[in-house]
Amino acid sequence: MAFYSILFDKDGVQKETTVQPAFFTDLNLDQVIDALTAHKQEYNLKPFFYTPLRDVQTLRYRHEVMQDMEDETLMAHIKAFAEKMPIVRRYLDLVEKLDFNYHKKGWFLEAALAYCEAVTGLARDLNLTALKSRGFLALRDYITDYVHSQEFQTLLTEAKKVKDGLSGVKYCVMVRHNTVKVKKYEGETDYSVEVEKTFEKFKQGAVKDYGVDFSKGSGMNHIEAKILDFVVRLYPERFAALDRFCVSYNQFVDETIRVFDREIQFYVAYLDLVADIKHKGLSFCYPQVSVTSRQVYGYDGFDLALANTLLYTEKPVICNDFFLKDPERVIVVSGPNQGGKTTFARMFGQLHYLGSLGCPVPGRAARLFLFDQVFTHFEREEDIRSLRGKLQDDLVRIHDILACATPDSILILNEIFASTTLKDAVSLSKKIMAKLVKLDLLCIWVTFIDELACFSEKTVSMVSTIVPENPAVRTLKIVRKPTDGLAYALSIAEKHRLTSKQIKERIES
Amino acid sequence: MRVFLMYPDRDFEPNQKLPPNEAALMQDLELNTLFDAMALGDEFLFEMAKQTGLSSLSDPDLIRYRQDVLKDCLKNTTVVREIYQISIESIRNKQKHWMGIFTRYPSGILSSSIVMLQMFVGLLKKLRKIADEHAGQFASAGFTKFFAMIQQELDDDYFVEIENHLKALKFRGGVLLNAELGKGNEGVNYTLRKPNKHNAHWIKHVFAKKSPVYSFTLHPRDDHGARALGALRDRGINRVANAAAQSAEHIDNFINTLRQEIAFYIGCLNLSEQLAQLGESIAFPQPVSANERQHSFSGLYDVCLALTIKQKVTGNDLAADGKDLVIITGANQGGKSTFLRSIGLAQLMMQCGMFVAAESFCANICKGLFTHYKREEDVTMNSGKLDEELGRMSHIVDNITPNSMVLFNESFAATNEREGSEISRQIVSVLLEKRIKVFFVTHLYEFARVFFQKKMGSAIFLRAERQANGARTFKLIEGEPLQTSYGQDLYKQIFGLSRTES
Repeated sequence: MAFYSILFDKDGVQKETTVQPAFFTDLNLDQVIDALTAHKQEYNLKPFFYTPLRDVQTLRYRHEVMQDMEDETLMAHIKAFAEKMPIVRRYLDLVEKLDFNYHKKGWFLEAALAYCEAVTGLARDLNLTALKSRGFLALRDYITDYVHSQEFQTLLTEAKKVKDGLSGVKYCVMVRHNTVKVKKYEGETDYSVEVEKTFEKFKQGAVKDYGVDFSKGSGMNHIEAKILDFVVRLYPERFAALDRFCVSYNQFVDETIRVFDREIQFYVAYLDLVADIKHKGLSFCYPQVSVTSRQVYGYDGFDLALANTLLYTEKPVICNDFFLKDPERVIVVSGPNQGGKTTFARMFGQLHYLGSLGCPVPGRAARLFLFDQVFTHFEREEDIRSLRGKLQDDLVRIHDILACATPDSILILNEIFASTTLKDAVSLSKKIMAKLVKLDLLCIWVTFIDELACFSEKTVSMVSTIVPENPAVRTLKIVRKPTDGLAYALSIAEKHRLTSKQIKERIES
Repeated sequence: MRVFLMYPDRDFEPNQKLPPNEAALMQDLELNTLFDAMALGDEFLFEMAKQTGLSSLSDPDLIRYRQDVLKDCLKNTTVVREIYQISIESIRNKQKHWMGIFTRYPSGILSSSIVMLQMFVGLLKKLRKIADEHAGQFASAGFTKFFAMIQQELDDDYFVEIENHLKALKFRGGVLLNAELGKGNEGVNYTLRKPNKHNAHWIKHVFAKKSPVYSFTLHPRDDHGARALGALRDRGINRVANAAAQSAEHIDNFINTLRQEIAFYIGCLNLSEQLAQLGESIAFPQPVSANERQHSFSGLYDVCLALTIKQKVTGNDLAADGKDLVIITGANQGGKSTFLRSIGLAQLMMQCGMFVAAESFCANICKGLFTHYKREEDVTMNSGKLDEELGRMSHIVDNITPNSMVLFNESFAATNEREGSEISRQIVSVLLEKRIKVFFVTHLYEFARVFFQKKMGSAIFLRAERQANGARTFKLIEGEPLQTSYGQDLYKQIFGLSRTES
C-alpha cells in the first residue's frame, strides 16, 4: 500500500474544517480541544479535530495507528522526530528574516542538517519497531525508500561536507580603539588560561560565576557581518561550497514528510491527554462504530472536559452507563439538580463526537453511531441583541435545528422551556418530542418534565440519584429507571423536618 | 592557599550549626559575659567567640593544636594583632573605595577586579613581610605551616607575575581574540589570545606576518557600531574577566578566612589580658578521651563571676577522676551555682582549645554539654512548673548521647521532696547507665541520700562549706549530704533576727 496520509487511508475526502462546530461549546469539547492543542499551536491541529468522519474504514485506519502508538517506544520515537522538525522550521523562518548573505546561508545549512537528522532518525527508529497498522507500515516503506534515495543521500553528504569546512574555520580579530583587523588563526595561545593559573592557589570553596552568558540571542550586527565578510575572503572555497549548496537544495523538505510531521501530532496530542487521564484510574476504549445501527451503548463513560479539569485534584470523576436498544431513541434525563444530568448529556455527545474522529473514547466499552450532524440546545443567557424573549428564542432555535436535522443526526437538549409556565412547557415539549420521535434520531433530553420520560416506546427514562440518607449528597450517578421525583421531594422534606410525621410532631396538638 | 589556624586540615566554618541547646547554655553559663570579654564590643569577635565556644571539639589532638597556636599568640601578641589588622584593612579599603563587582559587563567586571586585585596585592605583601620577619618566633604547628606557606606561595617572582598580568589586562595595545564559526556562521568560542610580554608592540608583531590581514575602521559617528565593537570585545574578555573576578573573590575569601580564624585567638588574648589585670590565673587544660572519666583541678573559678564583679574570686579544687556522678548539696549562697557554672565554662573553654580559669585542669572530653537549671516561673506559660522542667528534660533526652555531661541546678524541686527525689533518681540512674556524667546541685535530701547510701565508687558528694558561725567560705568540700540547707541562716541574715527570737 502506498503511503498517502497517516490520518486518511484514501484520497479525495475533506481533511480539514477551519470553523469550530456550533455545538462544541455546549459539549465543552472546545475545552478538550484547547487542552489537547495548547502546546501544539504551531501544528494548527484544530481543523482535524473539527472534522468528524462517517467512513468506518478510515476510522479503523486511525484506530490501528493509535494502537501502534500506544506502544511507548514508538511514541518516544515519534516525539523525538517531532522535537527535531520544528527546529528545521524555525531555522528556515530565521533565514527569511535575516539580513546578511552568509548569515542566512549559514542558517539554511543548519536547517538542512537538522532535517537530515530528523528524517534519518525516524527511518532508523521505525525499522527497529514492531508495527501493525497499515498507516505506519506504509509510512515505514515510504521513509525507508526516501532515505535511501539518491536525492536525500546527496543532500546529506553535501550538507555535512559544507558544515565540516565551515566548522574548521578559525580566525583572529584584533580590536583597538575603532579599528578591527581580521586574519587567520595561527596558533596564538589562550591568555585566559594563564591568568586563571596564576590565581589558582587562592582557590578555595565555590565562588560566584562572573561569566556573562553570550550564548543566547543569535543575531549578527553590522560589525560582525563585516568581520564575517573578511572571514569569507580568508576562506573563499569553503563559502563557495556553501553558495553551491544553497542553490542546489533550496527546497529540501519532502512534502509527504512535512505533512506527516503535522498530521501525526493529531494522535500524539490525543494520546498524551489519554495517558494523563488514565492516571486518574479512568478507562478509554476503541468503540465499535456504525453508520446504520442506532443501538448504541457506553459503559463507564465520563465527561472528558471535566476529567481534564479534575486532573490534578483529589476529586473523583464519576462514570456512567447508557444503552439504547431498538426501538429506543431518546434518553430523557430527569432528577435532582446538581446531580450530574448535564455532565451525562455532554458525555453522550462527547463519546459520539470523539468516536467519529477515530479516537479512543472515555469509557470501558462503547458502540457508537456515526452521525451526520450534532445539534445541541443548552440553556443560554438571555441575549439582548436577539430582541426576543427567552421562550421565543428557545422555540426559534429548536425550529432551526429541526429544519436541518435528519434521522442520522444526534440531538442534545438541556432544560429548554424553563422560562415559561409548567403547563406551557409540558405541552410545547410534547409537541417537540412528537417531532423527534417521528424523525427517529438519537437524542438526549435533560428535563424536569417527568411526562416526557414515558412519551412512547422510543423514549427511555434515566434519573440522577441521591444518597437516600442524606439528600444533600449527590452520587452523580445517572441510572436507567422510571422517574420518581417523589422520593427526592420526600427526602428534601425530611431534611427540613417537613414530612407529615415530623410536622405532626412539631406542631403542638 | 589555606589558613588552617583552627584545624590542621580544614577551614573554620563560621556558620556551623550550633548545638540545639545553645540558648540554654548561653543563659545557664552566663556565656554572654565570657564572649563580651573576648569581643570587647566588636560584633565580629563576639560572633566568632560564640561560634567557636559553642562548637566543641571532641578530639584531644585538635584541642592541643589550638592550644599550641594560642600559646604562640600569647607569646607574640603584637605580631598576631598586626596580622589581624591586615584583614581588617582589607574590609576598610573595600568600604572606603566602594570596591566590588557591581556590573554585568565583562569590561566593567575586569576593571573592578583589577582594582581589587591591586589592593589585595598590597596586603599580601605586608603579610609576606611579617612572615619574613617573625616566623622564627612561632613554635606551633599551625603558625609554622602558615608562615611557611606565605613565604613559599607569595614569593617575589609571584608578585611580579601578578603585576604583569594586572598591567597586561588593561589592554593598552588592543584586544586579540580568536573565534570560530558556529551555527549560522555566527562567531563563537571567542577566546582571548596571549599578548607577547617581551614585545611592547605585540599586536603589530602578530599582524605583521605574511598571511593576509583585512581591516576596517569605524566611522566616528557610528555609535551603534561602537557599541557592537564593545560587545565583541566583551565576548573576548568574558572568560578572563571571570577569572580575574573569581581570583579577586578567592583572595578576598582567603583574607576573610584569615580574619575568621585569627578572631578567636584575638578574643582569647583580650580575655587573658583582663584576667591578668584581676590577678587571676589561667591554665592550659589537659583533655583526655571521652571514654575516660577524669575531672581534677585546682583553683577553678567562675570566670564570668570574676569578670562581672571585676575582682579575684574563690577557686575550688576537685579530685574526681573515675567519677561520673557529682552531687552537690549544702548551704544556700554557699557557691554551689558558681561552682557548677565554673564546671560548665571550663568544659566549653577546654573543648574549643582555650585556656581555662584555673591553676590546673584535667578532664575527659564530653560529646555534649547540657544544662538543666531551675527557671523562674514564666507567667505567660500555661504549663505548670514541673511540667515545664520535664519538657526541657525531654528535649535534652532527645539530643543527648553517651559520654555527654549534664549539669543540673536545683532541678525537679517544683513538687514535694519525695516526688522530686524519685523523678531525679530515676532520671539520673538512667543517665549514668548511659555513660553520661552528671553534676547535680540539689536541695533534694532524699535524692542525695539514696545515692550516698549506695556507696557507689563512681559518685562523689560535695557540700557547700558553712562555718560554725554560719559564715560561707564559698569553698566546696567533700562530705555527706545534709538534711538542711541552712536556709535559716539566710533568713536570719535578711531579717536580722536574734538567736533568741528564732
